[in-house]
Amino acid sequence: MSYPSSPTGESLPSIPPLLARVMRPLPLLPLEIVLARFMQRICRRNPQIFDRLGVHAGKRFGIKPTDLPFAFVIEASTQRPRLSVMRELPAALDARISSSLANLLALVEGRVDGDALMFSRQLVMEGDVEAVLALRNAIDDAGLDLAKEVADLFGPLGEPVRQALDAARNSLMKPNPLSQETRPWS
Amino acid sequence: MELICPAGTPSALKSAIDAGADAIYCGFNDETNARNFPGLNFSRAELRQGIELAHRRGAKILVAINTFPRAGAIEVWHRAVDDAVDAGADALILADIGLMDYTARRHPDQRIHVSVQAAAANPDAIAFYVETFGAKRVVLPRVLSVPEIAAISREIECETEVFVFGGLCVMAEGRCSLSSYATAKSPNMNGVCSPASHVAYEQTREGTSSRLGGFTINRFGANEPAGYPTLCKGRFATELGTGYIFEDPVSLDATALLGGLRDAGVTALKIEGRQRGRAYVESVVRHFRGALEALDAGREADIARLTPFTEGQTTTVGAYRKTWR
Repeated sequence: MSYPSSPTGESLPSIPPLLARVMRPLPLLPLEIVLARFMQRICRRNPQIFDRLGVHAGKRFGIKPTDLPFAFVIEASTQRPRLSVMRELPAALDARISSSLANLLALVEGRVDGDALMFSRQLVMEGDVEAVLALRNAIDDAGLDLAKEVADLFGPLGEPVRQALDAARNSLMKPNPLSQETRPWS
Repeated sequence: MELICPAGTPSALKSAIDAGADAIYCGFNDETNARNFPGLNFSRAELRQGIELAHRRGAKILVAINTFPRAGAIEVWHRAVDDAVDAGADALILADIGLMDYTARRHPDQRIHVSVQAAAANPDAIAFYVETFGAKRVVLPRVLSVPEIAAISREIECETEVFVFGGLCVMAEGRCSLSSYATAKSPNMNGVCSPASHVAYEQTREGTSSRLGGFTINRFGANEPAGYPTLCKGRFATELGTGYIFEDPVSLDATALLGGLRDAGVTALKIEGRQRGRAYVESVVRHFRGALEALDAGREADIARLTPFTEGQTTTVGAYRKTWR
């Protein structure tokens, strides 16, 4: 099932600004340690991502969730993928991608179409567009299921975790209606 | 009518099968196909696995080798043909007459489809491909009206396939040089229209500027729907004003015309978009599978459901219903 670019023409909800403000003073290091290990695990389990990245493996991608008070820098190196969490994206990046957190998570799982998000202006990219496309295609092909990836961390106890995360995702990613009219051109 | 669906990755191929595709078209990860984009397409091993999966599920795989070979590098295209045949492709989608000749001589039992890139838009041209190379199907260019398609179908000895959704080329297909002019990369020979390596987006106070090969080709306001950064959909300032000279950012949606296309004798309906993600493939294929079932049942299909997937968030029936000639 797909959401923002689904035939319903609806878009995903954003993090409420009040909640984002509450998150602003939180320390970033614990989040960085957890997410970096999680990403490295995903990369180990899905080595085909690097085949599709090709010459773009190792480039530095800045990911900015527009509704969160922090951003991520990912270096998709074959040897040691790195993820950093920071308040603002640095200048020295190969490419920058920004959208709402829900859109970015849905993109990682291939639940939305990146081009459709770009057409509707819900996703902005800057810098090395070729690298961004390679990353998008590599991740889309990987067929990642983040709930399953997290649940697998819990071994035999993972199934209830997966069910809980699936339910949370389905609830969080329930689209918000947007007025979307068809505009026939001819 | 058969439903022919795009796949740029093995995962998209599986999504297309799951969503109800009768056949899936795809290409190798090199310049032999017209969607030679970064991170996209199939290795030899992936194609073989994809064909095995499709055949197990009752679907066909059509391999697009639809760029025009470069002088001095013909073996790259010959190898693509040989490997696709060896992998068990149900048909090859070809545009170049030299490559069709090679295929017909080297693999006489291999089914050949004439690519839209060949721009075969009249019965004489199509008859040439059928009589000379034994082509079994022609993918018609997106410049024909439904009555013109019906007229062609009556006069030719092969099947017809037409696009029903996705990106549009307003040029004579396979002959467009706009992207080549701006980037020195040819969609017809390198397989890249508006190659991403030459695209740049710049965020300004007024909105987003898109540039191709150093040319600013459009500027979108903050909430204005956007399209692909192709020159044919660029917005230019001239002495007559500012606007889209060739074509608006808009996508084809022929859902409303399926009955007319069936009556015109069309064999297969094609969805554009090998460069799109799994979500697009799944949703669009599922929509057209439902639309075909509705057609068979005498019901009307929902014609507005796919707008979120379209360039400029706008749809057209294009040349099928010509109001502008």
